[in-house]
Amino acid sequence: MDLYEYQAKQLFGKHGLPVTAGDVCSDIDAAVAISESIGGPVVVKAQVKTGGRGKAGGVKLAKDPAETREVATAILGMDIKGHTVHKVLVAHAADIAEEYYVSFLLDRANRAFLAMASVEGGVEIEEVAVNNPEALAKIRVDALEGVTPEIAREIAAAAKFDEAIQAQVADILVKLWEVMVAEDATLVEVNPLVLTPTGEVLALDGKVTIDDNAGYRQPEQADFDDSAADDIETRAKAMGLNYVKLQGDVGIIGNGAGLVMSTLDVVAYAGEEFGDIKPANFLDIGGGASAEVMANGLDIVLNDPDVQAVFVNIFGGITSCDAVANGILQAVEQLGERVTKPIVARIDGNNAVEGRAILNKADHEFIELVDTMDAAARRVAELAAARKGA
Amino acid sequence: MAIWLNEDSKILVQGMTGSEGTKHTRRMVESGAKVVAGVTPGKAGADVDGIPVFNDVASAIAATGANVSVIFVPPKFAKGAVQEAVDAKMPLCVVITEGIPVHDSAQFYQYAVNAGTTRIIGPNCPGIISPGKSNAGIIPADITKPGRIGLVSKSGTLTYQMMYELRDFGFSTCVGIGGDPIIGTTHIDALEAFQNDPETEAIVMIGEIGGDAEERAAAYIKEYVTKPIVGYVAGFTAPEGKTMGHAGAIVSGSSGTAAAKADALEAAGVRVGRTPSATADLMRKILT
Repeated sequence: MDLYEYQAKQLFGKHGLPVTAGDVCSDIDAAVAISESIGGPVVVKAQVKTGGRGKAGGVKLAKDPAETREVATAILGMDIKGHTVHKVLVAHAADIAEEYYVSFLLDRANRAFLAMASVEGGVEIEEVAVNNPEALAKIRVDALEGVTPEIAREIAAAAKFDEAIQAQVADILVKLWEVMVAEDATLVEVNPLVLTPTGEVLALDGKVTIDDNAGYRQPEQADFDDSAADDIETRAKAMGLNYVKLQGDVGIIGNGAGLVMSTLDVVAYAGEEFGDIKPANFLDIGGGASAEVMANGLDIVLNDPDVQAVFVNIFGGITSCDAVANGILQAVEQLGERVTKPIVARIDGNNAVEGRAILNKADHEFIELVDTMDAAARRVAELAAARKGA
Repeated sequence: MAIWLNEDSKILVQGMTGSEGTKHTRRMVESGAKVVAGVTPGKAGADVDGIPVFNDVASAIAATGANVSVIFVPPKFAKGAVQEAVDAKMPLCVVITEGIPVHDSAQFYQYAVNAGTTRIIGPNCPGIISPGKSNAGIIPADITKPGRIGLVSKSGTLTYQMMYELRDFGFSTCVGIGGDPIIGTTHIDALEAFQNDPETEAIVMIGEIGGDAEERAAAYIKEYVTKPIVGYVAGFTAPEGKTMGHAGAIVSGSSGTAAAKADALEAAGVRVGRTPSATADLMRKILT
């Protein structure tokens, strides 16, 4: 999960990184109150999980509480690349002499971590990497060794930080690595890290991505998840389903992440023929494809108003197809009258013949069996297009 | 031959007394694999269908000569389990467990690299099967037969789908390397082993969105692999920034897209299918 800037800075503060005074709020009066308590000029920053906030007008300076009111009024509620601004961070506006960049991230290719640092911060680091690669130091971090004070000094030196501040930067790197490990992050980035005219080094903006797999040992991070409670993804998550909402018309249920991704593709290809029919979701009910999970999955997908037809694509490996077929029937029985949309099922693998016989015999008015994945995708796209047009 | 797993493999199951461990131990045994031991701390002396359970990996190896470990322990114990297997110099460690924090995976991978004695497959993978010889993990054995195709895949069910579609030709070895961001065995490791395996005539490689493992595999293929390869990549329609089931399956900006991976593979001479069935058909044409 990507965190908001204010959440990232909370974690920075918790681990002793120097950050500017400030607080987050969701209404104008609170923004003014924070501005008053800070005193002096502040910066009001839209909290959205996307880049380019500054260019979109989501980051503005205010010299006093009156101007904070003006600026917060403009920013709260604005739209930045499809993200509505519900919260602003009001922070002390630090004087900036220089802007730097530091980060740690998971390095999949080298199966380790990577430190990146540059004295050219405050801009998109991807641009520095392309236009001026020698200005960006990249140093491998061993997962077992971590970032010791010595390694931190090496990183600071490699990035050519001025010797006068190398010790400060190294100290920040050690604390930033502590955020990375203690918070189970896969990315921690400070951009910009700034030097003030009085020689202070401060983390002015931050980005943190946390590892969802580590949730069991990071109970405090549950508060970071702010997705709306009526949201379909949240309901699916509460049922323990692996679900992602997409923009489209065909509900997808399959077993195994790879097979479901593949199903989305095959439906999208078939949908091109029927007026651009697309998959409405990703839903992986797991390799085992149990009846209970199938029922929960069908419930979620059938209740999505965007869905016109559903494609259940199961490969019976660990669970054989006769069990899967019975699971589908149990699921539709449990849902009863809530099944109001056509369901195209493709089941293949172990005991496929028996499984298909079970579904054929049941002859459910909303279930249609198709033998191959490609043909089933075509059929479900056709059904969805017909219902959408009707 | 086959790769990494054969009729002489003696399997140990870490977490054998748990429900998943017991269920899949039975499936492995039914498929003809030699499962010689289980490990559950504190349960030495117990057994699962007559297979003895030990307190630790070292004593299980000493008593049974186990040379492959399959790990089913819950995520919070997975790092300890792998490191214990590495300490006992277990040559092959197949980590089935899903949901391991990536810092733990990065650490146990580095631990194994430092020791230099253990190959890790996974985590979050279905395991490895050499049909007719042995089966370490949760891959169903009865959907295919022994043959001359080697298969390497990030996805479990797509592996099964492909094994089933090409069951008339059969497979030397199928390796599910897992969909996590950090994995012990990569596409490249498997391609190298298949290239060197006289029993493998052609290779199927299945990838998915996220990271650049497929692009790096393509570069490797261009340089070193002479056997025919067909490829499939899942996730063409996956939107940016959304994790699609596997922790590693995420498109970030313009990197990790399925299109880039398919293009890289095709440029390396790999025939890439648009759907799993079309991919199986490409392999069919190569072998007939």
